[in-house]
Amino acid sequence: MWKRAIGGAVVLFLVGAAAYASFYIAPEERTMRLIQRIFYFHAASAWAGMTAFFVCFTANLLYVWRRDPKWDALGVSSAEVGLAFITVVLITGPIWAKPAWGIYWTWDARLTSTFVLWLLYICYLLLRTLIEEPDRRALLSALFGIFAFIDVPIVFGAIRWWRTQHPAPVIMGGPGSGLEPTMRKVFFFSVFALHSLMVFLLVERYRLEKLRGDFEVVRRELEAQ
Amino acid sequence: MSLLSNTGVLLGKELRTEFRSRELLTTTFVFILIVIVLFSFTFDPTSDESRRFAPGLIWLAFLFASSLMLQPCFLREQHNDTLSALRLSLSDPFVIFLAKLAANTLFLLLTELLLLPFFATMYNVPVLGVLHWLVMVFFLASLGISIAGTALSAISAQARMRELLLPLLMLPLLTPILVASTEVTKALFDRTPFVQWKGIGFLAVFDVVFLTALWLFGEYLLEE
Repeated sequence: MWKRAIGGAVVLFLVGAAAYASFYIAPEERTMRLIQRIFYFHAASAWAGMTAFFVCFTANLLYVWRRDPKWDALGVSSAEVGLAFITVVLITGPIWAKPAWGIYWTWDARLTSTFVLWLLYICYLLLRTLIEEPDRRALLSALFGIFAFIDVPIVFGAIRWWRTQHPAPVIMGGPGSGLEPTMRKVFFFSVFALHSLMVFLLVERYRLEKLRGDFEVVRRELEAQ
Repeated sequence: MSLLSNTGVLLGKELRTEFRSRELLTTTFVFILIVIVLFSFTFDPTSDESRRFAPGLIWLAFLFASSLMLQPCFLREQHNDTLSALRLSLSDPFVIFLAKLAANTLFLLLTELLLLPFFATMYNVPVLGVLHWLVMVFFLASLGISIAGTALSAISAQARMRELLLPLLMLPLLTPILVASTEVTKALFDRTPFVQWKGIGFLAVFDVVFLTALWLFGEYLLEE
């Protein structure tokens, strides 16, 4: 219990520090000014969300291979946590886009792809609610999760294949792209902070899912008696 | 070799089942026709407007139709539990998928080609000059739709609300197909038509990626 509370406090401190750094330490961007600061949370949430989906994909693969219910629990937990982070991305994006582009939303490849990704994982969770039998639910949703994740590189491919209004990637975006050194430090600190938040939420959600599984077993045993 | 011959036998079975009743082909054909007619009310279908909207329209219609067409793919096998019989008689479950997706590709392609003259006439889009390219795009996209769709219909057949679930699982997953085939078709419907190779390559890559995934994971989809 104490460990969890201390972990929570550390994560809270890290996220607070990242917020402070993005407002007060990172230098102001020349053209977008204040509104650019949302980038440190927007892009960092996207990275954390993607990491969660990667965990989900790995858990799905491991479930199909090993058939251990703990991988199913990890799969559903990471999908939910990833969805939460991608939801943050989809909300902070339009907040930035309105002053920068003049519109909240545009149907360009990257926005649309992220939205599709979000929909895919909604469908993953939806599918789970529609299959009663736990083993079948775990296996079929794991397989759908694998197919959905395979779509992710195609999603990222889309940005370079078709015209897009989204700013070109500034991190690992090829020659001519890049961040000013302080901005870069603040950005990677945000990435670290949001990843720690993601891991914290994931661990808590996983614990809940395991409890739910144990409860389900006990309930079935009682019903069988 | 046995993979190909087994697939051939099963494909024959799929085709015979369909061509005996022709239920799927006729209903899908009429469905797309209705969509095409209804769409014409949503914008002014002059030649110029059609060039802009038609490619997206046609692919959206095909995609929706395929999400209905793929429904019975595995449900059909549930009535007399023929899927178990198929699994018992074949050592490699991938053959079942291969035959079903080949049949679905053929059905989709056939429906699309039958609808093309109606579409071209009603929307004033000249297609004769680029017909062979259109057939190629239709084939690559239908193959992609069938590969992913067949796998997902195996999933949805085992869930509740399956009729609603399949489009939900299929449509977001097939977004890349919609985007790429619309782009390629748009280039072919242009006043000076050209072949957009990157779109064609994209479709081919999608097909290969999902076929590989199906080959790797297909057997688990059919587990008892």
